[in-house]
Amino acid sequence: MTALSLDSSSPVTQEVAMIRTLSAGVSALLLCLSLCLSLVAVSAPAQAQTERDSFQVCWSIYVGWIPWDYGDTQGIVDKWADKYDISIDVVQINDYIESINQYTAGQYDGCTMTNMDALTIPAAGGVDSTALIVGDFSDGNDGIVLKNNDSLADIEGQKVNLVELSVSHYLLARALESVGLSERDIDVENTSDADLVAAYQTDDVTAVATWNPLLSTLTAQPDANPVFDSSQIPGEIIDLMVVNTDTLKANPALGKALTGAWYEIMATMHGDDDAGKKARAYMGEVAGTDRAGFERQLDATRMFYQAADALAFVNSEQLKTTMQRVAEFSFQHGLLGAGAPDAGFVGVQTPSGVYGLNSNIQLRFDPAYMQMAADGDL
Amino acid sequence: MKKLINRQAGPVGRWALGLLPFVILAVLYLVASDARLDANPNDKLLPALSSFADAIERMAFEPSKRSGEYTLLADTLASLQRLGIGVLISALIGLVVGIATGALPLFRAGISPLVTGMSLVPPLAILPILFIVFGLGELAKVMLIIIGITPFLIRDLQQRAEEIPTEQIIKMQTLGANTWQIITRLVWPQIMPRLLSSVRLSLGSAWLFLIAAEAIAATEGLGYRIFLVRRYLAMDVILPYVAWITFLAFAIDFALKRYSRWRYPWFHGAQ
Repeated sequence: MTALSLDSSSPVTQEVAMIRTLSAGVSALLLCLSLCLSLVAVSAPAQAQTERDSFQVCWSIYVGWIPWDYGDTQGIVDKWADKYDISIDVVQINDYIESINQYTAGQYDGCTMTNMDALTIPAAGGVDSTALIVGDFSDGNDGIVLKNNDSLADIEGQKVNLVELSVSHYLLARALESVGLSERDIDVENTSDADLVAAYQTDDVTAVATWNPLLSTLTAQPDANPVFDSSQIPGEIIDLMVVNTDTLKANPALGKALTGAWYEIMATMHGDDDAGKKARAYMGEVAGTDRAGFERQLDATRMFYQAADALAFVNSEQLKTTMQRVAEFSFQHGLLGAGAPDAGFVGVQTPSGVYGLNSNIQLRFDPAYMQMAADGDL
Repeated sequence: MKKLINRQAGPVGRWALGLLPFVILAVLYLVASDARLDANPNDKLLPALSSFADAIERMAFEPSKRSGEYTLLADTLASLQRLGIGVLISALIGLVVGIATGALPLFRAGISPLVTGMSLVPPLAILPILFIVFGLGELAKVMLIIIGITPFLIRDLQQRAEEIPTEQIIKMQTLGANTWQIITRLVWPQIMPRLLSSVRLSLGSAWLFLIAAEAIAATEGLGYRIFLVRRYLAMDVILPYVAWITFLAFAIDFALKRYSRWRYPWFHGAQ
């Protein structure tokens, strides 16, 4: 390089410098493009159809899902995974919605969620999902609390604090229906579940719809009156282990291992012997309470300890009716997406028939694996 | 070959280099979105541009089915009102207390330690207390912004007031000015442009606190909408909302900068 070219005031060298800068930019762009392409390979959802031997499922803290943690730490899940020559990683995610979003994005092969969220998040998002295990339904774990009023009809005209678009919202809609009111008769204020208990202490809050353990904290307050709970709509808020349908089809071993492990955990925790008490004490600790506290939460949950009970529930006509109600609620609140023309846009397959579009089935209640468990074929 | 450290981008090159990261991000997004949509046409994580257009159309230009309002407009007005009130009150408190503690040593001795202590309390950590004290309504949201940014404004303005050359203050006193005159004629005019630049700096935090407050309990607002639709992974709504918030933040910042340059050209000339 000669001293001459350092003189950047000459228009020629300036142009050269500019072209250099531009060409450097172009080559940087090309480099980034190739980077993009490699990133795409990562960001595209896992090719689910292929056979694999390692899987990840996630769960979040709730009475009906804590057994997964017990199964994980006690090696029950590993034992069953080994039996089918696969490995299953059970991961806890602190935020419930985040866990479902992660599953929907394809980071996990399975995740615990309620029937409503399974319909509105993965299924409405086009991730064909199978309810592999129907673990329990809420039988008092979700409820509505009024301050200083003791009848549900008094809720008219009040502002109700709840996590909007959650199962609490669904419960509220069902409760209002039962006393001849509709959502037009009340105001809904979205309130984060983490702050509901603190919010309840203020005078602004007179009505709350929420779930356990928050619900029991609220009802322990002197002026709180529980006026409605999920035991009045039994079997409508269902807790599931949902797995990706394509993954399950390509890897029946995943379904068999998870189902086998689940019913072994159920058998252990249901027992009145020392092992059962120990299991419940462990789960209570995970839930932030003790064995007695956890057993109280279990009382408000209809656990299907036997595969046969879950089967009877899944095979009944009621499941289809429930899913129809949930779909209609979700549609009215825009949860099925802007493109959904009606509540049946996302098809739900149940053993007693399909609700909604046959051509767009995205949520399947598949009794096959629970049947195997009931028959002792796992 | 010129050394790298001496190479300057030309006028075109500077634009090209500035645009490059944006172009790369956009291309990256489009390619990744295409790949995901190819595998699953209903994918919600990285929606296509057409989904954004639909969502913007729905949120901004069609009245909501439930309330008849234009959702984006209602959310924007609610949020801007909270932000505006919060920042305005904070600026007023910041100005008054900042000048008092900056100009009057006795005041400084009394109030400064309290302000310093308060500025170290993370506002989000005392949220539950705020709710119990101020309720769940608008007041709590505005208070969160005020508690979040006022201590910073006070401390900054106090420092700026202290930086006013002593010579000027002494000069005014030799001309017979009293304390009040010194504050209103000397300190206040010099502090105003500094207040504007401090407010510009604190706007980022103000938005943060606003969105945090709206995420916790609200019936409308930009932060409320984002946290609500998060429940069903509606990225086609979330991303345009984020872009809109970014634009609003930019517009407010730009307007404040312009106002300051127009009103206090001497301040910007000196910088």
